[in-house]
Amino acid sequence: MTISEFLERVQNAEPLNAFISVDETDIREQAKEQRKGMLGGMYVAIKDNISVLNQPLSCASHILENFVSPYDATAVKKLKYAGAIIAGKTNMDEFAMGSSSEYSHYGPVKNAINPEYVAGGSSGGSAVAVAAGIVDAALGSDTGGSVRQPASYNGILGMKPTYGRVSRYGLVAFASSLDQIGIMSKTVTDSARILEIIAGEDARDATTVPEPVPPFSQNLESQAGDWKIGLPEEYFTEGLSTSVRQAVDTQVATLKDAGATIVPISLPHTEFAIAIYYIITSAEASSNLARYDGVRYGFRHESDDLLEMYNRTRAGGFGTEVKRRIMLGTYVLSSGYYDAYYDKAQRVRRLLQSDFSNAFQSVDAIITPTTPTTAFKRGEKMDDPLAMYLNDIYTVSVNLAGLPAMSLPVGTDEDGLPIGLQIIAPAFKEETIFKIGTLIERLKS
Amino acid sequence: MKISEKEVLHIAKLARLELTDEEVETFAHQMGDILTYMDKLNEVDTTDVEPLSHVHDMVNRLREDKAEPSISREDALKNAPETDGTFFKVPRVIKE
Repeated sequence: MTISEFLERVQNAEPLNAFISVDETDIREQAKEQRKGMLGGMYVAIKDNISVLNQPLSCASHILENFVSPYDATAVKKLKYAGAIIAGKTNMDEFAMGSSSEYSHYGPVKNAINPEYVAGGSSGGSAVAVAAGIVDAALGSDTGGSVRQPASYNGILGMKPTYGRVSRYGLVAFASSLDQIGIMSKTVTDSARILEIIAGEDARDATTVPEPVPPFSQNLESQAGDWKIGLPEEYFTEGLSTSVRQAVDTQVATLKDAGATIVPISLPHTEFAIAIYYIITSAEASSNLARYDGVRYGFRHESDDLLEMYNRTRAGGFGTEVKRRIMLGTYVLSSGYYDAYYDKAQRVRRLLQSDFSNAFQSVDAIITPTTPTTAFKRGEKMDDPLAMYLNDIYTVSVNLAGLPAMSLPVGTDEDGLPIGLQIIAPAFKEETIFKIGTLIERLKS
Repeated sequence: MKISEKEVLHIAKLARLELTDEEVETFAHQMGDILTYMDKLNEVDTTDVEPLSHVHDMVNRLREDKAEPSISREDALKNAPETDGTFFKVPRVIKE
């Protein structure tokens, strides 16, 4: 794609509100150099909570208004090195807290297939930028489904690697024990190529792991007969819409016909995942977001009194959902409630992680729906936080257990809205996901 | 689980957030609902289960204790609302 084609696409897609910033001069500069490398000339958009040198970074929040990144995130640096053109910063839920990309200081992102519906979130802008064909791929971040769910809602692929696989240096912290940079793309091959580039140990992020990074994109072929796949009974119960269930069932049947072994499994602590997730993420967020105080960067509410300056900066700088989570997180960490909520959640989190290790004793991968329904209408869940949270029911467990997972498009419902299927693998077995994903792509065509 | 408006104000003070009367009322109600949902975890017996704070078995890895170039002062101050060129500036703390 030429620069003018790219810029024209950005302009045509403006009503979708996928981008917060696109720096035309910078893109022209980047394109001047001959882009060599594995991703040579590929346009990649970056979620606006990931640093790109000398570009604005807002996390879609008023509190970071006018902030310009003084350095590149490790993942971005690696993309540039591999020849990718960094195409702009994408819209999102403020500080990645949300499942619809409606909680943005810059207005809601609209679904690429039907603008009446939500884009999903929190990486909604990245998903829409890929689905609408503006860019070849995009980076998002996934704390509880924020890459996979919007990918599912827009009919593209969303890959969340194992916790510790991709450096979080330059990714604005939300919930540090779960955050992971992920990839949105149109093909398994692109996803595998990008992960190969951005993965790996980084001295600047002590949670990255020293595991070797296999050449994922050179190793995509397999036979359906190679795989034993588990279907967790707890993911196919009430709340799952008929159309999503049918699409996933059909895909599983196709894999079975091709020779895969399909077995029922159980992940008994699934029903507690949302409660664990929102306690732990709110607690970690309340601590991580303490740094936004109007002193070192971003918006400041001027006052003669320091405490009043802090209180009013934060009151005026954060949106409602972010405030709600800071409040909830502060509450569960506060004296007298720590054991009842935070400590309890961490204990049940261990049991939930054990569910997965037990299951992976007998299967290579797990297949589930990515979301219980297809995209919902914009505005529908804005004022009901709990309903919004329950939308993440099939994705949060993966983050709590630190596993890799991918959402792949598997058809549409009666309204033409895309449906996603999720493949989950043991830690560091992204290769399994890419291979099964490739099989699914091949069986479809 | 019911959360009183007094509790909300206490938490807001800890979190350094000035809330409007309307926010206090809404949050009291919504936090109550959300925490009631969280109470579901009490159904699980966690005696003898260790809390999980990190998903992989990891040990702290320290880099060599060697001075290395870091972000420049100029870059570090670039985004600040107010500086004197060397330090960040905040409202006066010690009153006259």
